[in-house]
Amino acid sequence: MNESDLLEELTIKDLLDKYPYSKEFFNINGLPIDDVKISIRDYINSLGYVFLEDMGLNQEDLLKRFRSFMDRMKAIREEPAFNIRDITILGGRNKSEKPEEIDLKICIGEIICIVGPTGSGKSRLLADIEWMAQRDTPTRRQILINGSVPPRDWRFSVEHKLVAQLSQNMNFVMDVSVGEFITLHAQSRLIDNSEIKTQEIVFHANQLSGERFDMNTPLTSLSGGQSRALMVADTAFLSTSPIVLIDEIENAGINRKKALELLIGQNKIVLIATHDPLLALMGNKRIVVKNGGIKKVINTTSNEKKGLLRLTEIDNILMKYRESLRNGQLLEIGDELLC
Amino acid sequence: MKLITVSGPPSSGKTSVIIKSIGELKDRHLKIGVLKFDCLVTDDDNLYAAQNIDSRVGLSGSMCPDHFFVSNIDDCLNWAIGQSYDILISESAGLCNRCSPHIKGCTAVCVIDNLMGINTPKKIGPMLKMADIVVITKGDIVSQAEREIFALKIRQANPDGIILHVNGLTGQGAGELATLIETATEIETLVGKELRISMPSALCSYCLGETVIGLNKQMGNVRKMKLD
Ligand SMILES: Nc1nc2c(ncn2[C@@H]2O[C@H](COP(=O)(O)OP(=O)(O)O)[C@@H](O)[C@H]2O)c(=O)[nH]1
Ligand SMILES: Nc1ncnc2c1ncn2[C@@H]1O[C@H](COP(=O)(O)OP(=O)(O)O)[C@@H](O)[C@H]1O
Ligand SMILES: [Mg+2]
Ligand SMILES: [Mg+2]
Ligand SMILES: [Zn+2]
Ligand SMILES: [Zn+2]
Repeated sequence: MNESDLLEELTIKDLLDKYPYSKEFFNINGLPIDDVKISIRDYINSLGYVFLEDMGLNQEDLLKRFRSFMDRMKAIREEPAFNIRDITILGGRNKSEKPEEIDLKICIGEIICIVGPTGSGKSRLLADIEWMAQRDTPTRRQILINGSVPPRDWRFSVEHKLVAQLSQNMNFVMDVSVGEFITLHAQSRLIDNSEIKTQEIVFHANQLSGERFDMNTPLTSLSGGQSRALMVADTAFLSTSPIVLIDEIENAGINRKKALELLIGQNKIVLIATHDPLLALMGNKRIVVKNGGIKKVINTTSNEKKGLLRLTEIDNILMKYRESLRNGQLLEIGDELLC
Repeated sequence: MKLITVSGPPSSGKTSVIIKSIGELKDRHLKIGVLKFDCLVTDDDNLYAAQNIDSRVGLSGSMCPDHFFVSNIDDCLNWAIGQSYDILISESAGLCNRCSPHIKGCTAVCVIDNLMGINTPKKIGPMLKMADIVVITKGDIVSQAEREIFALKIRQANPDGIILHVNGLTGQGAGELATLIETATEIETLVGKELRISMPSALCSYCLGETVIGLNKQMGNVRKMKLD
C-alpha cells in the first residue's frame, strides 16, 4: 500500500490535524466539510453526481486530484533549499551584435551594482539572470550556477524560485491587511506558525521606512516607501531565493543602506540596477552596461569607499529633513551641509 | 497538425502571450494559424494581423459560445490542414468560469494574471484546473511575495499542470512556452475526440428565444435555487 492509499483512509479530522495545508484542498475545490469523522475516500464517494458534474469531475477524478494535491504539497515542503555558492555571467553580444567579452563570477554575500544610461540594458541583464539564460535571449548570454549549467526544470519551479525580484514598477494589489499578507506568504512557503516571522518582518520594515505602519494597515494603502520597505523585509525573511535582483528603487524613500544590509545579512547575492551613487558604492563591484552589453566591471576603490562615508552622512541629513517635513516642523538647515 | 487551446478570463493576456510565443515559433520556421472565439466583437484579429499572423474569428452571437466552439472546431482543424499549418492555436475568453474548451489529447493552456486576486484560482473551474499548462502573466507589476502566493494557489488548484510565468509585454518566458507547444501531440482529426468536460446543459425555453418571465414559460432543462 503506498502513502496516497493511506492518506485517503484517514478521517478528515486526522488529515487536517496532520497536514494543516490539506484544508486548502477542500477550499480551492469548493468542497464543504460537514462530518470530519469520515474518511476522505468515504467523503468523496458521498458526493453526488450533479454536484461533481457541475465541477466537471467524477469521484475517481476527484480522488486522483486529492492524491496529486497531497503529493505535490509534500514535495514542495520537502524540497531542499538551494545550495548556491556563486553564479557566473558569460558574455553574449550587444545590440550591434558585437561580442561581449565577459566572464564574471559573483559569490554569495556580494552586492553587485549595474550602472548605465536608460535603455542600455540594465533590466535586460537582470532578466537574463532571472531566466538563467542559456544563450536563448536577445543578448545570447549564458548564466552558470555553481560553475555549471543549471537544470532546465529550475526555470519551471514556481515554488522554489532561484531569484526574487524587487522593482520600482511593483505594487501590492492584494486586498488584505499587512499581517494577513505575511501570514499568506508564510503559508505559501508551507510554514504553519508564522507569528514570529510576521512580527520580525513588520519590525524591520518599519526600520527601513520613516512612516510607521502595523499589522492592521491595509496592504494597498501603504505608501510607495512603506511598500518598498515591506517588500525588502519580506524578501529578507520569507523568501528562500538566494539571489535578489533590485531594479531602481532609489526614489522609494527608504533607508537604502539598511535595506541592503538586511538582505546581505540573510546570505544572499544582491544585484542592483541603479543610478544612485550611495547604492552604487555599497557594492563591491559595479557592472557598466552600454548598448546592451557589459562594457567593463569596476571594483569599488578604497577612495570611493571613503567617499561612501561622506555620502551616507549627507543621505542621513536628507532623511532627517524628510522626517522633519513629515512632522510639520521647520527645516533648520545648518552648517552640516558645508564641506 | 497540433491544436493548442488557449483559454482564460478576459484581459488576462491571452493574445499577448500567443503573439509572443508565435514570434518564437516563427523563428523556428513553423507555420501557425490562430482562431479567435468570442461572443459579440473582438479586435484581436487586428492585433494578429499587425504581427503578420493568419487568424480567423468565430463570433457566437446569441449562441452559447462553448457550444459554438465545439460545433466548429473540427471544421477549423480541416481548414488549418488545408492551409498546411504546423500548429493551430485557438484563443477563447472564458465566458463563464465553469466551461472550458479543452479537448482530451490536445494541449490545453490557461492564461491567468497576477492581478486577479487570490480567490480567482478557486473560482475558475475546469478551464484552470484541467489545463496542461497554466501561464501566469503580469508578474512585472505585483510584488514578488504576491506572485509566490498566487502561484501556490494555482498549484493547489491544478496539482499536475506545468506552471509558467510569461511576461506578455516583454515576452520573457514565451520561449519556454513555445518549446512546450512545439512538443505537443500531433493530431490528424478531431472527429471522435472528446471534450475534457461536458458543455453546460442548456436546453430550456429561453435557449429557444423565450423572453417572458414566469413559471408557465419555463420549459425543458430548468434548475431551481434553494432559497430557504
Ligand atoms: N504589465 C503587463 N501587462 C500585460 C502583460 N500581459 C498582457 N498585458 C496587458 O494586458 C492587456 C490585456 O492583454 P490581452 O493579451 O489583450 O488579453 P486577452 O484579453 O486575454 O487576450 C493588454 O493591455 C496587455 O498589454 C504582462 O505580462 N504585464
Ligand atoms: N544585447 C542586447 N541585444 C538585443 N537587445 C537588447 C540587448 N540588451 C538590451 N536589449 C534591449 O534593449 C531594451 C532596453 O533595455 P533595458 O534593459 O530595458 O534598459 P535599462 O533597464 O538600462 O533602461 C530592451 O528592450 C532590451 O531587451
Ligand atoms: Mg530598466
Ligand atoms: Mg485576446
Ligand atoms: Zn459556459
Ligand atoms: Zn436555456
